[in-house]
Amino acid sequence: MTIWKDYQLAYSLSEAVEAYNQAEKPVRFVSGGTDLLLEIQQGSHPTMKTLIDLNHIGEMRELKMVGEQIFIGAAVPVSQITNSPLIKKHAMAVAEATGLIGGPQVRNSATLGGNVAHALPAADGMISLVAMDATAITYSHSGYSKKKILELFLGPGESALANDEILVGFEFSIKKSGEGSAFNRVMRPQGVALPILNHAVWLRRKDHVIEDIRISFGPSGPVPTRAMLVEEIFRGNKLTAETILRAKETILETVKFRTSRMRATAEYRYHLAQALLEKVVKIAWNRAGETE
Amino acid sequence: MKEMNIKITVNDKEYSLPVIEGEMLSDLLRERLRLTGTKIGCNESECGACTVVIDGEPVLSCSYPAVKARGKKITTIEGLAKNVGENGNSYLVLHPLQDAFIQYGAVQCGFCIPGQIMTSYALLEKNPNPEIKDIKYALKDTLCRCAGYPSIIGAIRAASESITSGKPPISPVIQTSRIGKRIVGQISHRPDAIAKVTGKAIYSDDIQFEGMLHARVKRAMVPAGILTELDISEALALPGVQAVLTAKDVPNAKTHGLFIKDWPVLVDTGEQIRYVGDAIAVVAADTREIASEAIDLIKFRFEPLPVVSSAVQAHLPVTRKIHESGNLLKHIKVQKGIVSEGFNEADLILEHTFHTNPNDHAFIEPECSIARLTDEGRMEIYVGSQIPYSDREQVAAVLGLPENQVRIIGQLIGGGFGGKEDIAGQIHAAMLTMKTKKPVKLLFDRQESLIVHPKRHATQINIKVGAKNDGQLVAVQTELHGDTGAYASLGEKVMTRATTHSSGPYEVPHVNIDCYAMYTNNPPAGAFRGFGVMQSAFAVESMMDTLAEALKLDPIELRKKNALRVGSVTNTGQVLKDSVGLLECIEKVENALHEKAGPNPFVPVPDPDDPTIVRAWGFAVAYKNTGLGGGAPDKAGAEIELLPDGRFEVRSASAELGQGLPTVLQLIASEELGQGTQQVQVLLSDTDLTPDGGPTTASRQTYVTGNAVKYTSKAMRDLLTSELAERYDVSPEKIEFKEGLAQIDRQEVQLSTISQNLRKDGITPKASYTYWAPETKPLGQGGDMHVAFSFAAQAALVEVNTITGEVKVPEVIVANDVGFAINPLGLKGQVEGGIVMGIGHALVEDFILEEGRVITDRLAKYRIPSIYYTPEITSFLVEHPTADGPYGAKGIGEICLIPTIPAITNAIYNAIGVRVDKLPVDQEKLVSELQKHKQFA
Repeated sequence: MTIWKDYQLAYSLSEAVEAYNQAEKPVRFVSGGTDLLLEIQQGSHPTMKTLIDLNHIGEMRELKMVGEQIFIGAAVPVSQITNSPLIKKHAMAVAEATGLIGGPQVRNSATLGGNVAHALPAADGMISLVAMDATAITYSHSGYSKKKILELFLGPGESALANDEILVGFEFSIKKSGEGSAFNRVMRPQGVALPILNHAVWLRRKDHVIEDIRISFGPSGPVPTRAMLVEEIFRGNKLTAETILRAKETILETVKFRTSRMRATAEYRYHLAQALLEKVVKIAWNRAGETE
Repeated sequence: MKEMNIKITVNDKEYSLPVIEGEMLSDLLRERLRLTGTKIGCNESECGACTVVIDGEPVLSCSYPAVKARGKKITTIEGLAKNVGENGNSYLVLHPLQDAFIQYGAVQCGFCIPGQIMTSYALLEKNPNPEIKDIKYALKDTLCRCAGYPSIIGAIRAASESITSGKPPISPVIQTSRIGKRIVGQISHRPDAIAKVTGKAIYSDDIQFEGMLHARVKRAMVPAGILTELDISEALALPGVQAVLTAKDVPNAKTHGLFIKDWPVLVDTGEQIRYVGDAIAVVAADTREIASEAIDLIKFRFEPLPVVSSAVQAHLPVTRKIHESGNLLKHIKVQKGIVSEGFNEADLILEHTFHTNPNDHAFIEPECSIARLTDEGRMEIYVGSQIPYSDREQVAAVLGLPENQVRIIGQLIGGGFGGKEDIAGQIHAAMLTMKTKKPVKLLFDRQESLIVHPKRHATQINIKVGAKNDGQLVAVQTELHGDTGAYASLGEKVMTRATTHSSGPYEVPHVNIDCYAMYTNNPPAGAFRGFGVMQSAFAVESMMDTLAEALKLDPIELRKKNALRVGSVTNTGQVLKDSVGLLECIEKVENALHEKAGPNPFVPVPDPDDPTIVRAWGFAVAYKNTGLGGGAPDKAGAEIELLPDGRFEVRSASAELGQGLPTVLQLIASEELGQGTQQVQVLLSDTDLTPDGGPTTASRQTYVTGNAVKYTSKAMRDLLTSELAERYDVSPEKIEFKEGLAQIDRQEVQLSTISQNLRKDGITPKASYTYWAPETKPLGQGGDMHVAFSFAAQAALVEVNTITGEVKVPEVIVANDVGFAINPLGLKGQVEGGIVMGIGHALVEDFILEEGRVITDRLAKYRIPSIYYTPEITSFLVEHPTADGPYGAKGIGEICLIPTIPAITNAIYNAIGVRVDKLPVDQEKLVSELQKHKQFA
């Protein structure tokens, strides 16, 4: 009764998909494996006959700028993302979020692909990608395809990826003048090591007005969403105390938080969401104002 | 893409190894390459003990598939030190990090140290000059439960400077004893330090024997019921399973326990399951995987019983009885004066109820026992145990063997803190070895460790204090309920300490205390650093601050006014004759506090840049007994032999948990025998080779075994002197001992020569002595209940985020009266570690139970403080010698932790006006209380 029988290293996407189809079942793809292997070990995930490791697939390990897009390979260790000057320049929210996933050693193995594919409603990396409006690039027997990040989730812990579909990487727009992003979260020292609340903001300012904004909160609802109605409050408005107050009220009216035992009550989450919103929007606003 | 072998480079050596299913890199390193310096603490990517460096990056080898390391370069702790020089003349050159870790006293139990050093190594390779924040960031998930974090930070910075400058690490400045002697009271490095920083130190799980089987235990996992059916047939039939034992196979005594033997070795059908960790069956198999599979095949049925889940519930007359004797383990009573008269005299009476939660020791090394039979048929057990002689007695009783047929060979202990006093796997492993005649290793995984071993007692403490307007305490009445869980363990002793310390280190004329130690269906509660006093100090020190506020007195002045001093009478009627340094501790901390924070340290100060952050200091004091006391005979045996090579070996079966006992004993023997520490080695915890040092508990080892070694040294000196006086025909006054030799009149003779000559004549130069601590009186009889008390004062600065409720402790000031600081470097480690553990208990740690079931059954759920929680510590040594302690020394292991918790909660009150009366601090509750205040404001 071992965690796996056969652990295969794949060196290309086509090889990985082929290996998947030929493998002794049950089979799963694995990249960092920092969550999956533990879950199998602790009995909360069935043992696998075959694991196909995606860490050696060149394009999944790339982190680069392609034209107007930033591409982050799904198998890039999150510590590299955090420390990447490219990401710090174009997507501080992603740099900040990935810097908080797991611990320092875990971050050298853990990947953004795993963080998203795990489909947990409060995954830090995922919440930041939602604010960045990222697109996921996947690969399966029928070739490459693209999906908006929010289309990847069906329910808590359940991703919309097909079994043999590999998350290759994520892309989002480079930072243009007047744009900025930020991420923050609140933990509780005791009990389950999951954030009580995490939050990411991306915005574009034009003169003294927020021209566009994207806001995400986790954990809120069974699948990640954007706080669209809160965004509406900001869009086209100045960042004033009054706007912030209205946005906070809109959180109470339109964002769903629930009580999770031993972690936080819904009331506390609303309270934190309001406080974090003000803080994070202001940081993103200031970053957006930094001249190049 | 499929290759048959894994080709890897480990510590510059190339290997090609066949692939093994499901193998993690840590298994490959530990089992196949025998590089056991890489440790497994949690096996769930939480503790960092298994950190190795792969292609320059620190990685957790316990969750890194071995196959994935193919083609990579791996460095483990064994690869850092280099052997230099020619064959036969080679010597070891430590990496600057290893050197600095030793010098800074960052090494205590040593179990996490390979992980600490490898994580730091990777950091320095990338960033040779890290700032403290970089160090904290890099080491955030490399946990040290001895919490040598301040010393670890110091060591990394020193190593960093050393690497940059090319010179050896600069030694730290450590406060030594004010009254130090030639050796004792001076800085000395641990005798086992080099082994611990190079990965050579062997802990129980690092040992392998030919043909060794692996055991696992089937646990009840239900908190209460009657076992009705048990079927082991499928498990027995599984290939590779060598034995499955149930209660029917227990050879002799059916229960074990430290004093009260109420803990079943295995629960039999028809008997009660009393907690989730109860053992139903034990399996030995060829591999750990097969044993794990086998326990899943064991089926049992049970009739559920109502769960008794708290001490207060257990005390209700309607509650079901868990033991035949009832749910009350012990009613403990303290009475002094007439409390009603005291309250009549009081100008002010305050009353409040406090709750404390259970805690887990969370030592990084999980429990491991290996049993094997010698060729002569004796049972040997290799185990890291706090009480080897008690293990021997309990194993022998269950196996039905005479005690001399059982030998406990104590191993290095990767942290204990009280959690390795009870039997864990020793008996089960021995039973399986008896059955199979093969060596059997029983290693707990982290989940089993969290579920099975005794915890800190959860308590409910109601406290009522009466005082005059000037702050003079006139009466204290407390009622305690302690949850001792399913079995007695040391529950009675722990709750007795909680009881007698529950009116604080104050002289109070009228005291009345009732304590009820209750059985429940929770995991047993037993010894844990602080031993009940942590809980009662939280209650009484919170009340002292409340009282100070109500009387409009300075909280420090209030404590000074009532503090115990020489001549005071404690609540048990003990007249304190000497060594009461409490006032000096208070003054030391008070002065430092005013220097740092000005005249009003207890007033909230909002952060000028961020007014949502508020800071304030809090203050608390404590005392804690040294030694068993209460009438228990408290003794330790020691033996010293002059070895043929001219070195002395000190022997005692006392345990080293990382607290530094071997250093203390080495220093004492060196001092007394006129030697340098290099001339003295220490052997501990082997029931064949070392005399009984008694339990390693109650902050007693420095005092009791320290004295035993001091007197044995004297006996050794006398023995050698009389032999030499006769042989050389000189008067004894003309014989002196110096480093490696004896000065006999004007002649110098090597100790090795003396030892060899004596042996030729059939004399083994060996002396032994059994030290009996001064007699104590049982509770209720007045007189001396304890041989000594340690005292401490602490001030903690908190930083409260008034929006999120998050609390930080950036700074702590502490003074400890330890009598005499025999081993100042070890003392520093104890003090720092105690403070960080205190911060953990106040802010982080919560062992959550729900109807007897353990919710926090992983290290990911039972969180302990990481390096992020390390405060800046200002520490003062206070030395009020106690007459009978060695050089005046008394205990330090526990006192250092106790005042931290109320100092923090008092500081929180000072910062935001919210009184924490339930541990741990709940940030959400702070916020909701703050909002309530706002509503009423």
